[in-house]
Amino acid sequence: MSPAEQIDILLNGDEAAAWAAKHCNVDVVAAYPITPQTIIVERFSEFVANGEVDCEFIAVESEHSALSACVGAAAAGARTFTATAANGLNLMHEILYIASSLRLPIVMAIANRAVSGPINIHCDHTDAIGSAFLASWIMFFCENAQEVYDTIIQAYKIAEDPRILLPVMVCFDGFLISHTAERIKVFKDDKVVYDFLGGPRKVAKINLMGKEVELSLNPKNPVPVTFGPLDLFDYYFEHKRQQVEAMENAYKVIAEVHEQYAELSGRRYGDGFLVPYKTEDAEIIAVVMGSTAGTMRYIVDEMREEGIKIGVLRVRTYRPFPYEKLAKYLSKAKVVGVFDRAQDAGLVGGPLFIETRASLYDLPERPIVVNYVYGLGGRDMTPELIRQAFDELVDIAKGKIKPFRRKYIGVRE
Amino acid sequence: MAKSAKEWAPNLFEIAKMPDYIASGHRMCAGCVAPIIVKLALRALPNPENTVIVNATGCLEVATTIFPYTAWRRPWIHNAFENAAATASGVEAAFKVLKRKGIWKDELPTVLVFGGDGGTFDIGLQSLSGAVERGHKFIYILYDNEAYMNTGIQRSGGTPQYAATTTSPAGKVIPGKLEWKKPIGYIIASHLNAYVATANPYYWMDFMKKVRKAAEYNGPAFIHAISPCDRGWRFDPSISMEVARLATDTCLHPLWEFDPETREYRVTDRSLYLAKNPDKIVPIEEYLRRQGRFAHLFRPKKREDLIKQIQDRVMKEWHYLLKLAGLE
Repeated sequence: MSPAEQIDILLNGDEAAAWAAKHCNVDVVAAYPITPQTIIVERFSEFVANGEVDCEFIAVESEHSALSACVGAAAAGARTFTATAANGLNLMHEILYIASSLRLPIVMAIANRAVSGPINIHCDHTDAIGSAFLASWIMFFCENAQEVYDTIIQAYKIAEDPRILLPVMVCFDGFLISHTAERIKVFKDDKVVYDFLGGPRKVAKINLMGKEVELSLNPKNPVPVTFGPLDLFDYYFEHKRQQVEAMENAYKVIAEVHEQYAELSGRRYGDGFLVPYKTEDAEIIAVVMGSTAGTMRYIVDEMREEGIKIGVLRVRTYRPFPYEKLAKYLSKAKVVGVFDRAQDAGLVGGPLFIETRASLYDLPERPIVVNYVYGLGGRDMTPELIRQAFDELVDIAKGKIKPFRRKYIGVRE
Repeated sequence: MAKSAKEWAPNLFEIAKMPDYIASGHRMCAGCVAPIIVKLALRALPNPENTVIVNATGCLEVATTIFPYTAWRRPWIHNAFENAAATASGVEAAFKVLKRKGIWKDELPTVLVFGGDGGTFDIGLQSLSGAVERGHKFIYILYDNEAYMNTGIQRSGGTPQYAATTTSPAGKVIPGKLEWKKPIGYIIASHLNAYVATANPYYWMDFMKKVRKAAEYNGPAFIHAISPCDRGWRFDPSISMEVARLATDTCLHPLWEFDPETREYRVTDRSLYLAKNPDKIVPIEEYLRRQGRFAHLFRPKKREDLIKQIQDRVMKEWHYLLKLAGLE
């Protein structure tokens, strides 16, 4: 099958998110402005105002209400979208867990931003990782505006799959992606996306007291559904266990959807979970999320020309964490440098480092794994800084310097 | 307001035959008034079958849905404590757009919200104000038991002055909660786009008429129903409705409604009678002395000063209402 017809268009990451939501024909959007996400809801509300999408846009009075309204709308059977960042996501924190436990396929775009305090509007990943670390949301970290568009479309297909029924967060670097205009491809005909998703949201069916019912607030259900009951020590654990099951299923469904979408679009992002670059024979591999991966590939090329066997592995799917695949990619490396753009005070290292290192524990021979924390509050991660870190990894591989656990780069010590 | 709404009144024989949408066997306390409020409200809707219920965290939510059981015979959702109105916004918006797209083919369901005083006066006020301002069509019924009863009788913005709670205990120096109750009805009425009413399940006819008006109003509606709590207010469970009656008969919880179209405040039912027959107003002491939460106003020695202070404030608020309603 050849890819569907697409057009080139100049969009920044936020606009790409708004376009994706429009092409998914979302029914309800509830959102609240916060930099650097705001352009998403601005563009989207323009689409609504111009009749380009038939959607109820609820301009709520807080992010807490944004996600709360999404929960109500999704429980009523609507395809639902929201977007936020940083403090907004933290304000939603309570409802993140409720949305996933009610098994609602909400999709949320996050323009990653440092969390207050001190207040800052620029990129780091502390917001999504800190707020949703245990929240049972599927989470993607994108590298550019194109991937934002593509991933939001995939996100609905994944979230609404009856094997999953979990909300999905599509994260991308604030300003670096959200506000950077790029030439991207979007489907010429919205219907292509709508058909890819199977038309309007199909609400999952469950068996309730011997009757088949929609898992929704549909008053026509033969047995009405009670959403969000009190769930004590005799059942809570089983319900949490079911969320784990859904997250396990996501390994399969994300791969399937990624392949189906690749056929439709002609685009793929590694295997859907991890995006390798020159890792095959690499002795040194950098592990990273988000836009920094692109700069790293540039340095990898530079060092490859010098004969250094180095590569970069970008983690695209952060939840469920692709630990088995990650271990395979890294198993033959001598040194792995994990680059975290998130706060780590009091932890073993940055969050990505912790999970990467844990993923490697079962290998018969483990590479050396060191951690760099970079770019907090939007601090620039320059090619020079990356080169400096990569040279250090080379020196560790050569035994010239002793491995360390964690370092901070680009910061005044 | 729609004319039909003004004309509708419940027929006792008909409503007695209607099904209960909250099943028996729930675990609300004996003597609790909240389930009575729920039953009356659902019976007052034009089409109770076509209803979606949203419930804030609280006694009603916890005691009616202990998994794997549920007392709710209508679709029901509990999200969190402070966001019942935001959740209702989403439900209402979803049905609206799904109907427009031809996916939902029936009449739009009534979105009926139940929240307690904690979830309404305090933690949920922001989301309620936001939802009212946005004009969603939903009916929010506040069942006001005047404290955080579900967590064990802590003071809320709805707790009356000098009531003892577990976080405003009557001590040797401080005689219970020092502040007056937040005027939640006026706050919501001040949004100027909502049908707002107070209600008392003892005056059930008035309450049901108001629910029907709320259902027929094309916008947000808010009904503040007093919901005596025998555990928290410390009275015998057999006198709950008597205590409810006194709340209105003393003018502490007068019955009124605000019509957003004409901007009129109207005093209704028993309270209208009391406005015309002020000699029938029951002294507040009659209400206070029936409740253990006010026991420190009577023992070890009677605090005439504090009782008088409450009485004066009740009458001040009563006359304020009568002025708003053009009765003075």
